[in-house]
Amino acid sequence: MSRIIQVGMADMKIAQSPDKLMTPGLGSCIGICLYDPGKKLASMAHIMLPSSLQAKNAVNRAKFADTAIELALEELDKTGAARSRLVAKIAGGAQMFKFSGDSDIMKIGFRNSAAVEEQLNRLRIRLVANDTGGNYGRTITFDPENGELLIKTIGYGERII
Amino acid sequence: MVDFKELSSLQIDALKEIGNIGAGNAATALAQMINTKIDMNVPQINILAFGDVPELVGGADNYAVGIYLNVTGEAATNILFLMEVEKGCSLVDMLMGRSPGSTQPENLSDLDISAMMEVGNIISATYLNALSMFTQLSFTPSVPALAIDMAGAILGAILAEYGQVGDSVLLLDTLFKKDDQDVVGHFFLLPEPGALDTILSALGVNF
Repeated sequence: MSRIIQVGMADMKIAQSPDKLMTPGLGSCIGICLYDPGKKLASMAHIMLPSSLQAKNAVNRAKFADTAIELALEELDKTGAARSRLVAKIAGGAQMFKFSGDSDIMKIGFRNSAAVEEQLNRLRIRLVANDTGGNYGRTITFDPENGELLIKTIGYGERII
Repeated sequence: MVDFKELSSLQIDALKEIGNIGAGNAATALAQMINTKIDMNVPQINILAFGDVPELVGGADNYAVGIYLNVTGEAATNILFLMEVEKGCSLVDMLMGRSPGSTQPENLSDLDISAMMEVGNIISATYLNALSMFTQLSFTPSVPALAIDMAGAILGAILAEYGQVGDSVLLLDTLFKKDDQDVVGHFFLLPEPGALDTILSALGVNF
């Protein structure tokens, strides 16, 4: 029986085929999927902020780009994923509100994307697919069976990356 | 700084009371704009983990309209008026004097969008006026911003600000209803972490 494991905001989960990982309603947040094709094992994190270093409270590691990827690596390691085989797919990082000014809330999606890419690069995890930016929400489902990331939107179509 | 979870029942009651009066004025303003009777529930104080917030509005991928205002001043807060997209469209029907059901999410015009933003503007200003009267604090709302998309996506950008200091958020949640049954939308007031102290002190319940 295949289950769909739901990942909430500021949350991280692991799944192995035939189970899938899903997170609904990504806006400026980013869904980060790390995937070991050999073991058909994957993690999905739903991060809200670019860096734990600027935060006054970083207890929940799944909330930040830097610590969420580290947390995912630790958990994948425990379940026997091979670090060398890991690849990444990411989606989200939209700008949901348009203001005339330019406050921080505007750029959070962009800052999140940049931070995720920087961290993946630092940890030498290859980013194989990327669907970030725009001004619309995304619901994403990752299938560890074939490594496909399904992206659903309202009014901006559906695609697999 | 007040930990949201350590609020006393007196403090919760005080927040509910100002929410009640603020939202009461806002409901009256909304009723005048659309010339219909608007009711509201007693405001709820919700202290929720980020992941649980979208459940208040039917789940993260529920199609919704969000009107957002950032409020600066001595006690910074955020305001979000969140409606299911069908309710947003019927609000536009009423504002524009169209027959019910004629406005659809796909054919919202720029004028329709600015009409909804104006609703957000007026109910927020009315709400904040009442809050200001009670607390003697001044609140300066930004121009409204609007998004029509998944509720989780709309909430995410706003909640991220609170993520710097904690894992939960306090929402003063008022439900506006039309003709006693039809829910119009949620009016959320989200005080920024330090601002809650300022508001509680101003109300004289800072203990």
